[in-house]
Amino acid sequence: MIILATVLLLTVLFGLWRVLRGPTAADRLLAIQLFGTTGAAFLLVLAMLVDIRALRDAALVIALLAAVLSAALVQYLRRQEKSN
Amino acid sequence: MSLHEWMLDGTLGLLVLILAVAVLHVRSLYISIVLFIAFGLLLALIWARLGAPDLALAEAAIGAGLTGTLLLAAYGRVSERRRKAEEPLDWHAGPALLLSLIIAVILMRAVWPLPDLDSALVPAVADQMAQSGVGHPVTAVLLSFRAWDTLLELLVLLLAFMAVRQLLPSLPRQPEAWPLLQAWSRLLAPLSVLIGGYLLWRGSADPGGAFQAGALLAAGAILLRLTGLLPALGWHHFWIRALILGGCMVFLAIGVAGYWLGTGFLGYADGWAGPLILLIEVFATLSIATTLTLLVIGETREVRE
Amino acid sequence: MGMTVITPLLYWLSWIFLLLSAGFFIAGTVGMLRFPDIYSRLHAVTKADTLGLGLLVIGLSLRADDLYSVGIMILIWLLVMGSGATACQLLARYGRESEGDTEADDVAS
Repeated sequence: MIILATVLLLTVLFGLWRVLRGPTAADRLLAIQLFGTTGAAFLLVLAMLVDIRALRDAALVIALLAAVLSAALVQYLRRQEKSN
Repeated sequence: MSLHEWMLDGTLGLLVLILAVAVLHVRSLYISIVLFIAFGLLLALIWARLGAPDLALAEAAIGAGLTGTLLLAAYGRVSERRRKAEEPLDWHAGPALLLSLIIAVILMRAVWPLPDLDSALVPAVADQMAQSGVGHPVTAVLLSFRAWDTLLELLVLLLAFMAVRQLLPSLPRQPEAWPLLQAWSRLLAPLSVLIGGYLLWRGSADPGGAFQAGALLAAGAILLRLTGLLPALGWHHFWIRALILGGCMVFLAIGVAGYWLGTGFLGYADGWAGPLILLIEVFATLSIATTLTLLVIGETREVRE
Repeated sequence: MGMTVITPLLYWLSWIFLLLSAGFFIAGTVGMLRFPDIYSRLHAVTKADTLGLGLLVIGLSLRADDLYSVGIMILIWLLVMGSGATACQLLARYGRESEGDTEADDVAS
């Protein structure tokens, strides 16, 4: 289980390379999606590993926030493009 | 600690360092904000790994969600020229680095002995839990033993809102949201109310509470406003004012009532602690949610009228 | 970890799902790094990772202590599925709009 959690983190670590490198703006925004999905998965594994139930609530909050944030970001950035 | 645990913690540490450096060094301000949100989510994972679900929840909701949205709102109001002008490093970096190092050393001295420290406060809280009226030690500390601090936090938030309201430039006009985004926010907003309510309800027995719940409610409201599904919200609406001030006023009223009834300021009468804390938390949640929403998408129409 | 109530069969079955899920998470990241354009990369993150999370939820549910946690995990999965599918569309449209290809976008929306 610990190894599984580490593997999940490593996929984020390597995915980060793409986020940092770009090249398009949408590539950067993938960071939210990447951290949201894999972060929720990591918290679920951790909740099982250390037996803290509240971590599942935290995973729920992260999943919801990732959804809201990526939607809000797109809308905000579109406004920027239009106003230029 | 086993080798596997070292690997897990090492990866977490490496990730947080890479993200921290990246946030400071990327070229454009908006990539920096995206990475900062990712940084906040990662901090939540680290708190979870340290066995602190309360902090993980707070960091996810407030650190990543709320601060991220506030930064975005600020970004939306920054002029194009200011956005690209800064060089990431110039001669200011030297003194700043020195100052940060000194602060880091001071913090290190404070943090280093913590793992070996047996705080006398933990058994003290455990002793008094029965009288607190709630089942979760963190909530008991925040709203029963140290309710003062929470009241002051609400007042600080109110002050911050008042200050921002004086300075807030109006948002540039936004383009019409895609139908897909509108449909999606119609789905997400009720979900954020549901999950926010769930966190508030859980707060009495488990990690959760007013600030986290308020942040989630605000996230839903902000999304609805951004996609044009909510009308402009502003201080000039009576109900907005009532909601924002309600948190502090209910808190203060209960505090003064305690004084009057002889249990002292913010002391709860026997048997009333549970319901009173719930009452405070509900109003605090609504007040926090409204304040945060207005901080991000508030309109300053009354100035122009 | 509440091992007492879990039969060995369920235990091994859950490992199969967990390994599969790790595979999909890895595949998602490989796709994110290797795919040539943004639209393919969007699919790598939003589809493969979502499937990975689904398999992980199944794997963890097989060894969960109570139905309550299973319910929360399924809710998370549903949320991420919706979010993945929608964010993929939103980001793709945003990517196309910022390329200046607004004509095709009008047709799509």
